[in-house]
Amino acid sequence: MRFAFTDQQLEFRDALRQALEIECRPSDVRAAFEDPSPRTPRWSTLAEMGIVGLTVPEQHGGLGMHMLDLVLLLEEAGRVALPEPLLETTALAAPVLATAGWSRSGPWLERIAAGEAAAAVAPVDPAGGAAVAGAVGADLFLLHAVDDAGRPELHALPAGAATVEPVASLDPTRRLGIVRWDPSPATLVASGEEAHLLLADLADRGAVAAAAELVGLADRMITLAAAYATERQQFGRAIGSFQAVKHLLAGAQVALEFARPVVYAAAWSLDGEEPDRARSASLAKAYASDAAAEAARVALQVHGAIGYTWECDLQLYLKRAWALGGAWGSSADHRDRILASLLDER
Amino acid sequence: MDLRFTDAQEEFRSRARAWLGANAPTPGTLPSLDTAAGFEAHRAWEQTMHAHRWSVVSWPEEYGGQGVGILEWLLFEEEYWRAQAPLRVSQNGVFLLAPTLFEFGTDAQRSRFLPPMASGEEIWCQGWSEPDAGSDLAGIRSRAVRAPGDDGWLLTGQKTWASRGAFAEWCFGLFRTDPEAERHRGLTYFLIEMRTPGVTVRPIPQIDGETGFAELFFEDVFVPDDQVLGEVGRGWNVAMATAGSERGLSLRSPARYTEAASRLVDLYAERLRIDPVRTVRNAEAVTRAWMDAEAYRLSTYWTASRVVAGGSVGPEASANKIHWSETDLAIHRAALDLLGPGAEQTAGNRWLDGFLFALAGPIYAGTNEIQRNVVAERMLGLPRG
Repeated sequence: MRFAFTDQQLEFRDALRQALEIECRPSDVRAAFEDPSPRTPRWSTLAEMGIVGLTVPEQHGGLGMHMLDLVLLLEEAGRVALPEPLLETTALAAPVLATAGWSRSGPWLERIAAGEAAAAVAPVDPAGGAAVAGAVGADLFLLHAVDDAGRPELHALPAGAATVEPVASLDPTRRLGIVRWDPSPATLVASGEEAHLLLADLADRGAVAAAAELVGLADRMITLAAAYATERQQFGRAIGSFQAVKHLLAGAQVALEFARPVVYAAAWSLDGEEPDRARSASLAKAYASDAAAEAARVALQVHGAIGYTWECDLQLYLKRAWALGGAWGSSADHRDRILASLLDER
Repeated sequence: MDLRFTDAQEEFRSRARAWLGANAPTPGTLPSLDTAAGFEAHRAWEQTMHAHRWSVVSWPEEYGGQGVGILEWLLFEEEYWRAQAPLRVSQNGVFLLAPTLFEFGTDAQRSRFLPPMASGEEIWCQGWSEPDAGSDLAGIRSRAVRAPGDDGWLLTGQKTWASRGAFAEWCFGLFRTDPEAERHRGLTYFLIEMRTPGVTVRPIPQIDGETGFAELFFEDVFVPDDQVLGEVGRGWNVAMATAGSERGLSLRSPARYTEAASRLVDLYAERLRIDPVRTVRNAEAVTRAWMDAEAYRLSTYWTASRVVAGGSVGPEASANKIHWSETDLAIHRAALDLLGPGAEQTAGNRWLDGFLFALAGPIYAGTNEIQRNVVAERMLGLPRG
């Protein structure tokens, strides 16, 4: 039992944090609101750092690393509300394609590692509509279908093989779109039992990756609110000296503190294909969604009216947190999954 | 990162499970430890554990332990709760004072106090709160002055809410030794034998009618110099180490909650068969309670791994205390909701006992409101005041 990251994993996290402090300031996220293209100079920087291709096998030009190596980086992406599709591309598309191990996955993996393929991945259980995150401007679509016999299939499509109808999101960097396409043997990656397992894996990975970003977002929102509460004066003193304000922020901080290990444990379970990985993934997403929702509510409340303005940077993180709260399964969806698995054991 | 236990750790777990399976009393058969008879029955269980070196596994062998690490202690706790073994009557000593003795005690103090603590021969209570100093602990007024022979101190004042104070042999308490100093600086941490002349104990019946805690009155109680823990005037710092154990890793291991949460899901499954329509309304509360216990388990292993690597636990202990106390309440409230109209019935209703016990959690060891202040000020840097 050693529930801790390696020095190397922590150093990679620190390096990314430093880079993003410069490359992904609030003004950069605002710029992405106006022009949400996925492949930006920042994406190229992340590719050069090896981050975009982190989970791509080495023979295809990546670092051959795993969710446990990525989870802290996703947390950093969340902290700055990174507009590029690191979650879809590096946490989902690359590992799933690498597992599929098909000859046709290879070229995609190489393009991902080179920073030339930004992915969009259809949610496995499209609750709340069939809009796909990252669809607008994507180079690669990972989509699922069912064959004539009702068995699942997983397909990888190039941009030209699908048409995308943009769908407005509260957070424009989500690049939501309805994807129209026709499954064909040329795009097929896996079918039958193999596709079923890959889709289950995809759902768990989506939950854990979104949970990691939500942890970073919660941390950012609490930090912003604590800074504001220290600076803002009312009744002749900083509002952060009032217990009513302290206790709001402390509650959010406690929720965040307990979400973190849950998310890290889920990343470890995914990599080791632990028998309870689906439940770990659900625990991570439910816990992180709730922690981020509380952080968002509290951060807005502590900011008061200024937090309700377009001008205040808080909105950038609030919107991403709200969007990711429902993506890859809501807290309620995952609680259902957890309870079902507990009852199954009995 | 590896969340699996080593073969050696699993072997330790198996030994603990086997011994507890063969020796732990049948669950629920000991009388309540908050009665005179129950106190002695629980002491006898401590003595049995001690005879086989299971009472304080993480202590060095010279003091009665097995010298194992914190992870093995957590495994032992998992097995202990799994076996539904008795509540630890020695908990104030082994979980709170002992870590403080290891950190601040002299060799002589450790040799004097740890072995009889491990064996259950000497049970400890805590003398901190006073009628006018609860959350504002630094406001304590009980005082100590130098004894005429200059070989110790004379303690005078009143302490209250001393858990197990009605029956304990020893007390660790905070007294003001320098009334002129700034209020956190004039305190000293004393180890007091309860049968010393001048100590009067007045038991206080708790909400369940049992004598769980007591008021302690001190009138010129002589305490020799070698029963001062840490430096004179540094009692606050020593006490904060004890409080860290109380809120952090030591007092409430996650096994207590994961075991109760697992029984909660059992209860849910059972009720689901009997009355599905009413039962499913409790699905969210039951699932959240289980999740909170599981998150506490993971968080504890996360913290323990940091401690094993040489790290320390700071204000996170306050976040921890908020979480475990609220988790305990959530588990028991969910269970009582599942029981519905049967919840109020006391006969054989372990959930009701657990609920009453859980209700104290957000109050003792520093109220959760005080812990939220600590989290806000020391983790988030918000201004004091």
